[in-house]
Amino acid sequence: MSVNLLEVSHVSKSFGEVKALRGVNFYVQQNECVGLLGDNGAGKSTLIKIITGYHRPDPGGRIFFQGQPIEHLTVARARQMGIEAVYQEKALADQQALWRNVFMGREIATRLGVLDIRRMREETRRLMVERMGFTSAITPETMVRTMSGGERQGVAIVRALYFQAELIILDEPTMGLSVSETQKALDFIRGIKTAGKSCIFIDHNVFHVYPVVDRIVILDRGRVAGEFLRDRVTLDGLTQKLRLIAQRGSLNDFPVA
Amino acid sequence: MNRPSSRVDAGEPAAINAPAGAGLARFGRQHALQIGILAVALVIWIVFVIGAPSTFLSYDIYQAFMSTTPFFAVMALPLTLLVIAGEIDLSFPSVMAFGMTAFSFTLVYRGSLLLAFLAAEVAGGLAGLVNGVIVARWGIPSLVATIGTQFFWRGVVLVTTGGNGVSLLPTRETLFYTTMVGRVLGLIPAQMLWTIFMAVFMSLLLNRHRFGAHVYLVGDNIESARLMGVNVPQRKMLLFVIMGLAAAFAGLLVSLEVTYFWPTLGDGYLLTTIASVFLGGTSVFGGTGSTLGTFVACFIIGAINAGIVAIGLTGFWTQLIYGLIIVVSVTLQTVLSKKLT
Ligand SMILES: Nc1ncnc2c1ncn2[C@@H]1O[C@H](COP(=O)(O)OP(=O)(O)O)[C@@H](O)[C@H]1O
Ligand SMILES: [Mg+2]
Repeated sequence: MSVNLLEVSHVSKSFGEVKALRGVNFYVQQNECVGLLGDNGAGKSTLIKIITGYHRPDPGGRIFFQGQPIEHLTVARARQMGIEAVYQEKALADQQALWRNVFMGREIATRLGVLDIRRMREETRRLMVERMGFTSAITPETMVRTMSGGERQGVAIVRALYFQAELIILDEPTMGLSVSETQKALDFIRGIKTAGKSCIFIDHNVFHVYPVVDRIVILDRGRVAGEFLRDRVTLDGLTQKLRLIAQRGSLNDFPVA
Repeated sequence: MNRPSSRVDAGEPAAINAPAGAGLARFGRQHALQIGILAVALVIWIVFVIGAPSTFLSYDIYQAFMSTTPFFAVMALPLTLLVIAGEIDLSFPSVMAFGMTAFSFTLVYRGSLLLAFLAAEVAGGLAGLVNGVIVARWGIPSLVATIGTQFFWRGVVLVTTGGNGVSLLPTRETLFYTTMVGRVLGLIPAQMLWTIFMAVFMSLLLNRHRFGAHVYLVGDNIESARLMGVNVPQRKMLLFVIMGLAAAFAGLLVSLEVTYFWPTLGDGYLLTTIASVFLGGTSVFGGTGSTLGTFVACFIIGAINAGIVAIGLTGFWTQLIYGLIIVVSVTLQTVLSKKLT
């Protein structure tokens, strides 16, 4: 078997008294889409913020990318390695032009840092036409504040895809979207697999996660409480197991394969 | 609100293809703040010309503006970037004096103007770095932190100088003096050229450089800037350092102009400098702002004092009219920017 794209081992994270993660083991294979489920406060966002280098795990935890141990992961480093994230909280800078948002933190610039604004505008326009299916009413200069929720989430997702990420992490990307916008977002996620890339998909709604992922990991109060291959579990079965976990706190007796 | 019509951008050559009206309308929306402040400046200028034609149609008054306005304009410009990033600096008046203290001591003991200049800038940069570390590393709100450092650096100045000033008369005939505050061609105060240089530099830094892109992002949505890998503390520290360098530079300009360093140097610059930034359309909440707006606003503020006296009112009116212009302009800007987006 080839080496995992990403592996997280014995990762814990405390915020003062709150233990958000307790010894989590987690991995993503090449070209695999993993669904991450769990109640509010289970630690899903914390786990992915560790993977993206935003939080540093408590001592003892380790992170491997393509088999290499990564010390002192930062967001910039993670993005360099090909880890991009779409966050649930508002991830765009509202008062800035669309093109500035697409290239946020990764501006096209010369070695001296001089921006290539023309190219960023052109790339944004191309992405809008090819990937987002935006109407012509939106230009690269459009201020993000004036766009709809679906359009904004589209920007956040396309931004992640644009940078040819190996691993794209989506934290509740369907939150606040209409039914048709949600379908579009799910299509984006299917597109990640088709493109040969990997993804981690977090969502409250099992019905969104189930159809698009290969494997499902359930977090509960900072622990991995269950793990299932999608093909080995029905949607009904999964729903039932989620309910059991909510009651009993663990389901480790359920086999993975 | 969605923007109607063409996908072609204003500001690019291709815009020629767009319907002229639509392109103009978009240009108007994107540059509403700058157009607004220019309009305000124009109105005030017309009032002054009508009220005191003999004064405002002669060159002398403009030479006076160009000699005094730069003292705070060179600080208001970098302060604009700091405010766009969502921070504030109230310590710069003391940093002006701190820089000049370093300048004076170096000049007295080493006799080198160049060394003294470097000492002033190092002192200013250091004071800025201290602000930056307190705010960006330790997470203290800049309003509080820089009130504290404002007292601290003033204290350092008073203790080290014993409250005594230093005459800079010996610098008068030097090339250094001419470069800083001389009259270019006998007409244009050198400090005006420094201000233009500062304005161009800050404008390029803000709008054409990665650093400026990050300044906007940090002020607009600091959380998302962090999540997208922007080194927020480093960006903020650099902004405070630039501010400190500029304050030391301003202190030097003021002191050379009067060829004397007073340990109270900087008093009176706090509010005019900050008012220029906000009058220029930079948002108190961060995320948006304009260096051109600040530049024009500085000259509005700088002109009012002289203008009021010239049109026959007493100096007592100055503050009242400052207040009116600032409140009315900033209110208009807020209302307009809500309407236009
Ligand atoms: N920055 C933080 N500071 C303090 N506590 C936090 C922070 N982030 C998350 N937590 C806490 O950690 C726990 C897990 O949160 P989170 O990972 O956001 O859960 P989820 O995304 O699964 O809803 C919660 O109890 C939350 O309150
Ligand atoms: Mg979450």
